[in-house]
Amino acid sequence: MPIAHEFDYHKPKTLPEAVKLLAEYRGKAKPLAGGTDLIVWLKGGLEKPEAVVDIKALRELGRIVWKKDEALIGALITFSELIDNADVRKKLPVLWEASRTVASVGVRNRATLAGNICSAVPSLDSAPALLVYDAVVHLQGPRGKRQMPLKDFFMGPKKTALAPGELVTGVAVRIPKKKSGGCYAKLGRYAGEDLAQVGLAVLALADNTYRVAHCAVGPVARRAEKIEGLLNGKRLSDILLEEAVRLVDKEISPISDIRSSKEYRLHMTKVMLRRALWAAVNRLAGSGPVAGSSLI
Amino acid sequence: MKNISIQLKLNGVRRTLEVEPSDVLLDVLRDKLGVKSPKVGCDRGDCGSCTVFMNGKTVRSCLVLAVEADGADVVTLEGISKNGPTRLQKEFVKRNSFQCGFCAPGVILSAEEALKKHPRASDEEIKEHIAGNLCRCTGYKPILDAIKTVASGKASK
Repeated sequence: MPIAHEFDYHKPKTLPEAVKLLAEYRGKAKPLAGGTDLIVWLKGGLEKPEAVVDIKALRELGRIVWKKDEALIGALITFSELIDNADVRKKLPVLWEASRTVASVGVRNRATLAGNICSAVPSLDSAPALLVYDAVVHLQGPRGKRQMPLKDFFMGPKKTALAPGELVTGVAVRIPKKKSGGCYAKLGRYAGEDLAQVGLAVLALADNTYRVAHCAVGPVARRAEKIEGLLNGKRLSDILLEEAVRLVDKEISPISDIRSSKEYRLHMTKVMLRRALWAAVNRLAGSGPVAGSSLI
Repeated sequence: MKNISIQLKLNGVRRTLEVEPSDVLLDVLRDKLGVKSPKVGCDRGDCGSCTVFMNGKTVRSCLVLAVEADGADVVTLEGISKNGPTRLQKEFVKRNSFQCGFCAPGVILSAEEALKKHPRASDEEIKEHIAGNLCRCTGYKPILDAIKTVASGKASK
């Protein structure tokens, strides 16, 4: 199917050039990296930009820069690159596990992590993992550079805090200082390439603190702060877990759509919270399910 | 019309052509370059029937702008079987792994990528690699059997 809408195409060679171009179009240009969402939206007429700015020649965005306590994942890093990266698997296992659940190999070979958060669909698999690692979005635009916690970046379904003409240059992911165990549990209609009906990331840390984040059960992916508050400082037990499960109704606001009813999402979030919390705690203790195995 | 001249290597042959920014690689391959193995299925990245190799990795050609292929190395099913069917293709024929054949080019390329990455691919690795290629005829069993046979080194050459 051709794209009915006409637009200009630019492929700047440097980041300043890209930022300048995006500024000139005053928010009416769309950056293109993997295109796995953008081109679907162009075909469907959901996006009608004046220009598409292909950022794939910006080599500085195609790297993961490791520091002691964080990894800055460049905007061109694809999910396949994350999955194949041994350091990501070792130091950011929840992100690694979540990346493996994104769509299919052929999509992951092009789809980028930064593109995923810019699409900001409620079901984005990368968000819960990034949220439990306290990810920070690096932006560059007409007014210069700025950084923003990912939790403030999501404004609503498909809505982000990106200013007109602003580009996500990378996502900084914090490597937990303490020993941790974590997991990403995803419920789809079938094992394979479906979008999430519920997505849940859990990170359990050695000081008995917990980070829990979800996607597809509310307008935006977010941390479950009430549940975290209840769990923090305590050792996980079945009794404590049931108290946490009772908070699920207050944490999430799922809708009914083509993929499932809100009642089913609510029920399954509870089931998944039990499994994911135990999986995270057991992994912290050195046991638990094998990395990458389905928890559903 | 804002035509852009692009040059790409298609199945080993250098091709130069004019495209518009809104042209999609899949349509250009089929309609302008005469390569018919990538199929127009869902046309939104879900079904895998438009799969091609781009710079050594499988991509959904329905989700690639043609201009993005400027300077790229694109290989379709026609390209991998230039010197006759691959071992995998022979195994597919032997096992009757297709009925209508619409998904076949995409499945073969995804399976070739799986075997390139994991020459002794496990069942799980095989399933993961072809999970994005939908087949509505076979129930996947004969497809998986064919790939497994090659991965286990038991396929005839």
